[in-house]
Amino acid sequence: MQSSMLLNRVFARRIVATTFRLFSPRRTLSNGGSGGFNGEGSVSDRVGTLEEATDQRDKDGMTSNIGHYDVAIVGGGMVGMALACALSSMPLTKNLTIAIIDSNPALRSKGSFKQDGVPDPRVSTVTPATISFFQEIGAWKYVQQHRHAYFDKMQVWDHTGLGFTKYCAKDVDKDILGCVVENKVLHRSLFASFQDTDIQKTIYPARLTSMAFESPYSSAVADSQPPNEQGISSGSAYPRDTSRKQHRECLAKLDLDDGSCLFAKLVVGADGAKSRVRETAGPKTTGWSYPQSAIICTVEHNIENSCAWQRFLPSGPIALLPMGDRYSNIVWTMSPKESTDHKLMSEDDFVRAVNHALDYGYGPHPQSTFLGLPSDRFTWITGQGISSVSEYFEVPPKVIKVASERMAFPLSLMHAHNYVSRRVVLMGDAAHTVHPLAGQGVNLGFGDASSLSKVIAEGIMTGRDIGELSLLKKYEKERMTANITMMALIDGFQKAFSVDVGPINLLRAAAFHGAQYIKPLKRNIISYAMGEQKWPLLS
Amino acid sequence: MASKTLLRRVLTTLSSSSIGNPKTPSARRCSSLSAASTEAPLPPSPIPPSIKSSTRVPSSLNEAEVAKFAAIADTWWDFEGPFKPLHWMNPTRVSFIRSSLCRHFERDPHCARPFEGLKIVDVGCGGGILSEPLARMGATVTGIDAVEKNIKIASIHAESDPLTSSIEYCCTTAEKLVEEQRKFDAVIALEVIEHVADPSGFCKSLSALTVPNGATVISTINRTMRSYATAIVAAEYILHWLPKGTHQWSSFFTPEELVLILQRASVSVREMAGFVYNPLTGEWSISDDTSVNFIAVGVKDSH
Ligand SMILES: Cc1cc2nc3c(=O)[nH]c(=O)nc-3n(C[C@H](O)[C@H](O)[C@H](O)COP(=O)(O)OP(=O)(O)OC[C@H]3O[C@@H](n4cnc5c(N)ncnc54)[C@H](O)[C@@H]3O)c2cc1C
Ligand SMILES: C[S@@+](CC[C@H](N)C(=O)[O-])C[C@H]1O[C@@H](n2cnc3c(N)ncnc32)[C@H](O)[C@@H]1O
Repeated sequence: MQSSMLLNRVFARRIVATTFRLFSPRRTLSNGGSGGFNGEGSVSDRVGTLEEATDQRDKDGMTSNIGHYDVAIVGGGMVGMALACALSSMPLTKNLTIAIIDSNPALRSKGSFKQDGVPDPRVSTVTPATISFFQEIGAWKYVQQHRHAYFDKMQVWDHTGLGFTKYCAKDVDKDILGCVVENKVLHRSLFASFQDTDIQKTIYPARLTSMAFESPYSSAVADSQPPNEQGISSGSAYPRDTSRKQHRECLAKLDLDDGSCLFAKLVVGADGAKSRVRETAGPKTTGWSYPQSAIICTVEHNIENSCAWQRFLPSGPIALLPMGDRYSNIVWTMSPKESTDHKLMSEDDFVRAVNHALDYGYGPHPQSTFLGLPSDRFTWITGQGISSVSEYFEVPPKVIKVASERMAFPLSLMHAHNYVSRRVVLMGDAAHTVHPLAGQGVNLGFGDASSLSKVIAEGIMTGRDIGELSLLKKYEKERMTANITMMALIDGFQKAFSVDVGPINLLRAAAFHGAQYIKPLKRNIISYAMGEQKWPLLS
Repeated sequence: MASKTLLRRVLTTLSSSSIGNPKTPSARRCSSLSAASTEAPLPPSPIPPSIKSSTRVPSSLNEAEVAKFAAIADTWWDFEGPFKPLHWMNPTRVSFIRSSLCRHFERDPHCARPFEGLKIVDVGCGGGILSEPLARMGATVTGIDAVEKNIKIASIHAESDPLTSSIEYCCTTAEKLVEEQRKFDAVIALEVIEHVADPSGFCKSLSALTVPNGATVISTINRTMRSYATAIVAAEYILHWLPKGTHQWSSFFTPEELVLILQRASVSVREMAGFVYNPLTGEWSISDDTSVNFIAVGVKDSH
């Protein structure tokens, strides 16, 4: 009765360095869809260790030739990679088997990247919380080896000449307010740190096409075999066909566009705003586009810029973020028509437009410190007194040259009703796009990654199935709370804007959270107040 | 540490209380099979053949109790079904067992698989709600239950995960394992003792399965007014978590009685804790309050 027939199933865990899946021959036959990588070059060009991600349990009746993983991360962008990195750095989670699914070629290079050259216009303003998370998971040291620009001052003003504040880190007893880093530096730092670890990892250079929930036994082999071959300890009396199915634990089965497929206990949708995981797993989303666009680019100065600047113009805010090496990043929100114009105009005209917008354009400099509101009204936001407005207004350093291409993209806001379902979790832009340019988006995503990694560790601590809904709900609860906090902030904006003058102290709080996008929110909030729209972040 | 103080309290009460409590082994044995069937009229569920056949050995089986579990076996892994309270409570009791056994066996509680190399038997494993976490924490687990259907379901459920598919599930009783001279580093029986026919004999079997200096872990429901209100009235009648008749209040033990029974079975209780449910948060937590659900961890005497 208590024979050891089940014991030979013990799953020998392989400890290997990064394993890459071999490109399946079917890949070359797949017709597009992914668009990205088309199989140029041979596999060995980009992989170190090659190991077929096969399954070793065939003899036990498990579907063979299909990888089985604890966690499958769909989307190895900044947020997905941050989760992978966090899982591989914690004692409780570092024994997990992880699959990362992403066709992005950046996940195939060995991660050496040169620091000089013109900074990429896609940057993020990371908050101190994100920095400590990166330190915890061992990725910040790589960021420090590359271009990054801390800033400890921020000046926010508007075109009316009335609103102005200057915000300093020392006022809140911090050394810095944030750090501007190119997205590619963040991503590669996470990847490099991930590769340092010896967690068992497999990278699938493909895209997810569909997802289903199945028992790894339900296909072919298992059900066609007589019951006793399954290794169930005793006999017969139990009608196996229907009941077996009923009691079998289903795993998530992922089908990829290169024809391969895999099973996972937990699928993490970190596949961006157009998440395929979200589409297939089905949580509803609320979302809309602003009638606004943003234009981003890298610009050059004569002198070093060391402050984050933001000015509110009639059509939206313009931000100038320090990048180091006399470069800055521009994020300028405007109408779609204007953004097309600004993208197409000559570089000289664009430089003039930027300098104009950051100086006398659209209205006068602020004459003096002016607070339109009694200061104690907003102190709840930071918990600090309002104290830092003693400094004088400065004109930002002049832009002398556009140093990168100008990219324009529409703004949108989306929020998933649920972040979790059984065996599925959404995070990063797949769960919420707050705003595609504010830098806040990715900070929230890193918060998601940090929270989810801790919830998974907690699950392992108590021996749980990490795909269990009640476990994943903890993550959802925590992260939804973070969003509600942000809603409180937005509520603060609403109060400020309803007086229409100097919402400036709130902006300090907003700036501290990296949110440089007051105008679209204002618009949104006002239309909400007028009953035109549903409240953005609620269902 | 709270559990140590608690234990001291329990033991003090024990020594001052009269030993002639209603749960003396002889009293229990008398009231075993026939008593159970008269006290608790049961749904007409057929008793599985396996149980009938296993009654020939001296046994802890209370057939009526066992039949109750056979009747709802299909719902073991329905998180919203009759076993919902066990599922909800599970992370809390597992984390208590984890830290307690890590202390006892001097394992690192911060690693993923602290029980690597330990042989553990989960007596009355049901659908494997406890066996699976134990296996994921590295233990070599044997899960036994008197109900064959439970064992089937437990095995099928465990097979999808390589970490749990190594669990050895068997439809048998603690007494039979004793006959077969099996030994385990830890013997765990959660929420079972209140359903067996001869609790004191059952404890002796658990003890016999434990290696010297090994751990014996038992959890059950206290016999207090509160437990009557919570476990029976609330859980069975108001919330309908459990089918009516699942528990019989008179077969519950107090912590003092359990310590005594275990002592007679050569197991000295070292730690004791209560589990409390917070209806507002819907969460369970470990506490000093043993008035409803409690757990005892004992060490098998070395001689
Ligand atoms: C054009 C653009 C510009 C932006 N500029 C800024 C900026 O200047 N500053 C700022 O702070 N934020 C900016 N953002 C927002 C910021 O990039 C996001 O908040 C952040 O990248 C979110 O990270 P993520 O990992 O959640 O998603 P993403 O970065 O979108 O990563 C998703 C990953 O999933 C992969 N993927 C997608 N679908 C699949 C599939 N089906 N199967 C497998 N893999 C899949 C993709 O290849 C990608 O690697 C910008 C966003 C966009 C779209
Ligand atoms: C309340 S359940 C507890 C299940 C499991 N231990 C848990 O806590 O998740 C009680 C289980 O004990 C089993 N059982 C009852 N009497 C038994 C006995 N004498 N020997 C073995 N198992 C028994 C029942 O079949 C049932 O599965």
